[in-house]
Amino acid sequence: MEAIENKGTEVPDAESLLVEAARGGDIAAFEALVRRYDRNVFRIAQHITQNREDAEDVVQDAFLKAYQNLGQFQGQSKFYTWLVRIAVNEALMRLRRRRPERMVSIDEDLKTEEDSMPREIADWSPNPEQQYTQAELKEILGKTIQGLPPSFRTVFVLRDVEGLSTEETAAALELSVPAVKSRLLRARLQLRERLNKYFKRRDGDTTP
Amino acid sequence: MKCSDFLKELTDYLDNDMDSRSRSELEEHLRWCHNCYVVCNTTKSTIEIYRGSELYELPEELRGRLQAAILSRCKCQHSATAAPAMDPDPAIDPAIDHSKKPSQP
Repeated sequence: MEAIENKGTEVPDAESLLVEAARGGDIAAFEALVRRYDRNVFRIAQHITQNREDAEDVVQDAFLKAYQNLGQFQGQSKFYTWLVRIAVNEALMRLRRRRPERMVSIDEDLKTEEDSMPREIADWSPNPEQQYTQAELKEILGKTIQGLPPSFRTVFVLRDVEGLSTEETAAALELSVPAVKSRLLRARLQLRERLNKYFKRRDGDTTP
Repeated sequence: MKCSDFLKELTDYLDNDMDSRSRSELEEHLRWCHNCYVVCNTTKSTIEIYRGSELYELPEELRGRLQAAILSRCKCQHSATAAPAMDPDPAIDPAIDHSKKPSQP
């Protein structure tokens, strides 16, 4: 079985020039950085907060905070990883405000292994996503990922949706690499389990 | 190898983050264990479906409004830093800045 290709986050050299110019007060350079990453920040924010209005606020506040603190950006990590760290913190803060009754933390780590152990072993139909319209599929995927604990959801989104490396994800979330791997495995297995009911092979499926 | 050992290595296996010897051992397990083969295959599909889903794409119209609001706030910040004696420019798009409450009289 082939490994999954990671699309990675290649950053051209020009980016450090943009960051340097923005640090010097060049708004046009910062605008270029906003255009480069606003879609990513919005996706991450919406995944974590599960709320459109909060996601819009997170995009604004994360970029503003990045702009205000460019002087503290050391350049040892990629600008995008640094920006993601700011955005994740903003998003978790919004989530805590919406759910004050629940402790929401990236350090949250459910202790039981059983939560991720496969219970139903069912093969899926070939191209299972094609059984649904685009709108139905989005609803299924949105509903399914929403059920994950925020700490698992965040790791899955950064690593598997946004394509950050394990090390970049660890740096962005200030977690150890083993902690990222542990959450990622459990997030992947839990999502797989939850998607079974939509994608498993039906009796009528004849394609091997 | 037990199935639980295989599962522990599943993430590194799918990400191709392991040496060739460990990889061969896992593939040997996959050759005879149908359950692990199915779990591995469907977990890989899960990742691919989410990666290609375009869930939560930013609509262009909203994108334009957000960019304008961000830059307006950055400019405001820049002017406040450059000329601290002046009053800050309140020109922030209130229609999109949900965090700002309307000022009370």
